Amino acid sequence: MARAVSTKTKIGWTIAAWFVALLIFFPILYAIITSFKTENEAIAGFDLIPSFTLDSYREVQSQYNYIRPFMNSVIIAVGSTVLALIVAVPAAWAMAFSPTKRTKDILMWMLSTKMMPAVAVLVPIYLIFLRTGLMDTRTGLVIVLMLMNLPIVVWMLYTYFREIPGEILEAARMDGATLSQEIVHVLTPMAVPGIASTMLLNVILAWNEAFWTIQLTTTNAAPLSAFIASFSSPQGLFWAKLSAASVMAIAPILIMGWFSQKQLVRGLTFGAVK
Amino acid sequence: MGSITLKNVRKAFGDVEVIPGVDLNIEDGEFVVFVGPSGCGKSTLLRLIAGLEDVTSGQINIDGQDVTDAGPAKRGLAMVFQSYALYPHMSVRKNIAFPLKMAKMSEAEQEKRVAHAARILNLDNYLDRKPGQLSGGQRQRVAIGRAIVREPSAFLFDEPLSNLDAALRVNMRVEISELHNSLKTTMIYVTHDQVEAMTMADKIVVLRAGNVEQVGSPMELYSKPANKFVGGFIGSPNMNFIVGEGAAKHAAHTIGVRPEHWQLSTEGGEFSGTVGVAEHLGSDTFLHIHLDDGTPIIARAEGERDIHHGDKIFLTPQDGRIYRFAENGLAI
Repeated sequence: MARAVSTKTKIGWTIAAWFVALLIFFPILYAIITSFKTENEAIAGFDLIPSFTLDSYREVQSQYNYIRPFMNSVIIAVGSTVLALIVAVPAAWAMAFSPTKRTKDILMWMLSTKMMPAVAVLVPIYLIFLRTGLMDTRTGLVIVLMLMNLPIVVWMLYTYFREIPGEILEAARMDGATLSQEIVHVLTPMAVPGIASTMLLNVILAWNEAFWTIQLTTTNAAPLSAFIASFSSPQGLFWAKLSAASVMAIAPILIMGWFSQKQLVRGLTFGAVK
Repeated sequence: MGSITLKNVRKAFGDVEVIPGVDLNIEDGEFVVFVGPSGCGKSTLLRLIAGLEDVTSGQINIDGQDVTDAGPAKRGLAMVFQSYALYPHMSVRKNIAFPLKMAKMSEAEQEKRVAHAARILNLDNYLDRKPGQLSGGQRQRVAIGRAIVREPSAFLFDEPLSNLDAALRVNMRVEISELHNSLKTTMIYVTHDQVEAMTMADKIVVLRAGNVEQVGSPMELYSKPANKFVGGFIGSPNMNFIVGEGAAKHAAHTIGVRPEHWQLSTEGGEFSGTVGVAEHLGSDTFLHIHLDDGTPIIARAEGERDIHHGDKIFLTPQDGRIYRFAENGLAI
């Protein structure tokens, strides 16, 4: 129910909201500003007005190849998402529509793996990667990121699938649909909004993932997150260049997020309001 | 063809027995209504026939074939759900054609059958719409269309009209009856509304707590209820029950008299009471009467009877219209 709020209070809250939003966004904004500064300006101290030089961008692009880590990021993010969906759709389907006594436990157990710090399994995974030749390969990263995000993907899909009325699936069964036809023709199209937002979120998570990508790559498979990290080099910090690299790394995902924000918000609040 | 036989069909969910064991014969072409209060197991029984639930024990035969372990698709039945269960992402045309597509029928044949169903159900102008753009009654028709095109051996309806408003419900009731008359296919219809049961059925199956209380034609159930439960459930308003002295006079534990079977008088009669509420409907007047011993009674009087709250009234059951029940509820 809407409550009557005086104009004064409204203005007050609006200002407060803008302030909080700006506070959260400020580090990114400052990185963007710094990327347009010269290195001298960058270390000089706090200053919001850059000299708008593109030198840092030029240098980043000439010294390091941006395209390669960019392509790696795309392949790893999209690849791990697609793979995760292939595994998670049937899993979530089974849990949502033929739950057993243990379904809730399994879901909790899957989520609990996310409570463990990733570094706890670094050594075993590192060794497995060394032995199997997955080290510094895109395939390796696709697999490991898919596994890392799988619990969240299954959870999200499970929640969406639970919203689909069971009678519709029963109707499909009465209409002669086999299990796979039921999933392909009825369940999946109805779950598209949910699947789409799960996909978007997973792409974002995979794109921004920095722990595994840095640990398990050197040059060949390094995505943009590792690309940024490589700028904090032992020769000393070059703030302007680091900022330029960061902006180049986050720009694609920011743009994607901007265009799909409606879908994302709808997906994340799906089922919350009836 | 569509004759269905249930032999000692039992269903339990864990330790809870929902259907203790039902035997039932449904002839080809019959319109059978399962009726009973909510939770009586009528929907479960329908779902067992549909194959959406597994039977715990017993056998289900369709046209002489044992289908007890066959999946829903293999039974050749079509079902119309309470929520309509249309596919929201498909147009009306695709919804109706879906079972045909699953049966891998040729496009031309699909087109022909969809057009035929749309014509019968007055859906010609809505074929390209999505279910979300239709009214409740239209959605119901689409659900029926999806059932018709398969040319099933029997239709199963699970409370199909309960989501519609009262006026539309009467229309759809007539439409479904007419559909049955023209298709002559077996129909099994589940409802808690005894008016639907009385008006549509060739044969009514009254259920209570998973048990079949009585099977018979609407008029059989009305005039010869096997027990107090059936007597009270069939007929609207409900049958009046009188116990004690009033019943003892008729050598019964309980007597039942339908509201329409009272002779009313202001001078004298077998029972006397006071009018609590008089509902003047125009065609009829329903009197809610309190007998002198406090028993509430409903009586139907002619529409223009001038009678009001607080009036003294005498009631006598019409000759041969008294239903007598023993203490265990069975009819005597």
